[in-house]
Amino acid sequence: MARRYDSSTTTFSPEGRLHQVEYAIEAINNAGTCVGILAKDGIVMASEKRVTSGLLAPAKTSEKTYKLSQHSACNVAGLTADANILIDQARLRAGRYEYQYCEPIPIEQLVEHVCNYKQAYTQYGGLRPFGVAFLFAGYDEHYGFQLYQSDPSGNYSGWKATVIGANNQAGKSLLKNEYGSQEEDTEEGKDGGEEMKTGDADKKLILPDVQEALRLAVKVLNKTMDATATSPDKMELFSMTLDTNGNCKHTILSSDETKEVMDSVDAETAAAGDM
Amino acid sequence: MADSVFGIEFDGGVIIAADQTNARSILTYQSNLDKVVQLSSHSAMGVAGPNSDLVNFSEYISKNFALYQLSNDGIQLSTAAQANFCRNELAAALRKGPYQVNILLGGYDKKTSSGSLYWMDYLAALTKLKYGAQGYASNFCLSIMDRDYKEGLTQDEAVQIVEKCIQELKVRFLLNQSNFLIKVIDKDGVRVVKFGADPADN
Repeated sequence: MARRYDSSTTTFSPEGRLHQVEYAIEAINNAGTCVGILAKDGIVMASEKRVTSGLLAPAKTSEKTYKLSQHSACNVAGLTADANILIDQARLRAGRYEYQYCEPIPIEQLVEHVCNYKQAYTQYGGLRPFGVAFLFAGYDEHYGFQLYQSDPSGNYSGWKATVIGANNQAGKSLLKNEYGSQEEDTEEGKDGGEEMKTGDADKKLILPDVQEALRLAVKVLNKTMDATATSPDKMELFSMTLDTNGNCKHTILSSDETKEVMDSVDAETAAAGDM
Repeated sequence: MADSVFGIEFDGGVIIAADQTNARSILTYQSNLDKVVQLSSHSAMGVAGPNSDLVNFSEYISKNFALYQLSNDGIQLSTAAQANFCRNELAAALRKGPYQVNILLGGYDKKTSSGSLYWMDYLAALTKLKYGAQGYASNFCLSIMDRDYKEGLTQDEAVQIVEKCIQELKVRFLLNQSNFLIKVIDKDGVRVVKFGADPADN
């Protein structure tokens, strides 16, 4: 039934769906996994590096992590060629904002711009949508560190932690259980009852720091990739933090640094197993 | 050149003052014009130049800022960002159809709890100042402000300096500008401290 309505991007199906957009989202589920985690002092993004052939020349630059401006970066899951177009758009937008206002662009505005650009391909022109999902990481003075996810439909949302690409459901369920820690009940007692209990079911979540977030990211990738095959060459760890001057620092961990994080995760899991 | 616009920064805000004359050639159209146009909740700019460009440019800028806030969930542009935006617009129009406006833009930023003052001319030059003046008024006012300005002025002290400048213009400036309007921008927003003639009068 859907066959008749799924070839054109700009046509709704009788059930009110845009099949081409949905197929584009499906395409990303075959791509290398990317996980993004918001920490209290920065953001971590980790991705699976897929090497399709041993004959491929070693990459000079990352094919997963891209710097968009001094204070923002993104991770890509999906068609790299499509992603390049959108990354250019994002960089242009960030640059033009700074040209106009002499200030860095607030992150949500940057994300919204890229997403509006993507949305146009679901409504006009008869061109196919972009087969890319992004994790945007950035810092601005309005809301601090922020993590956003966007997909081919042009939808975006802010996250504390999320996964895109292959096996993202497995990754997300791990994050749900292990991300952050709850405020202890005893602390409220120590307050002497100064703070009114709001009666809210959600206790305040304590964000991990960047080091914890890196370990959690590795754990997620261990789960989504073949656990036996993980090695520092197959993972790319990226972190964004503030330096002492308040400027953003983008760091892609070296092979040795990555191995350190992976080893500490292995040690943690082994110790947990002993208990 | 004939419009007198000047301003001064104090501890916790900025003052912008301007004359209220609207004239061309030998005719005075109006003597209660408000040349200090509000841009956002905590910023305003004093504009010197032909009334057409004053209105056109200031409305264009203030509506752009309103749109920015609506589009971006209530985020406000900092005073520096506002000033740079204005300058960019002046620069873009310069080689097409220039706005013949000379501006003093003042604003208060919650983040720094302080005011800032920006001087901009019709050629799209921009500089941040502690105090400044546009037009012929600068010949008279800058000397006074050079002498009397100090860091950490209170609002009253700053208003006094502005009053001195106004008095100097009334005595020494050839053109008779009988009415001046003084506005203060601080944590409570933009408000009129004094006017020679009520802009609201018809």
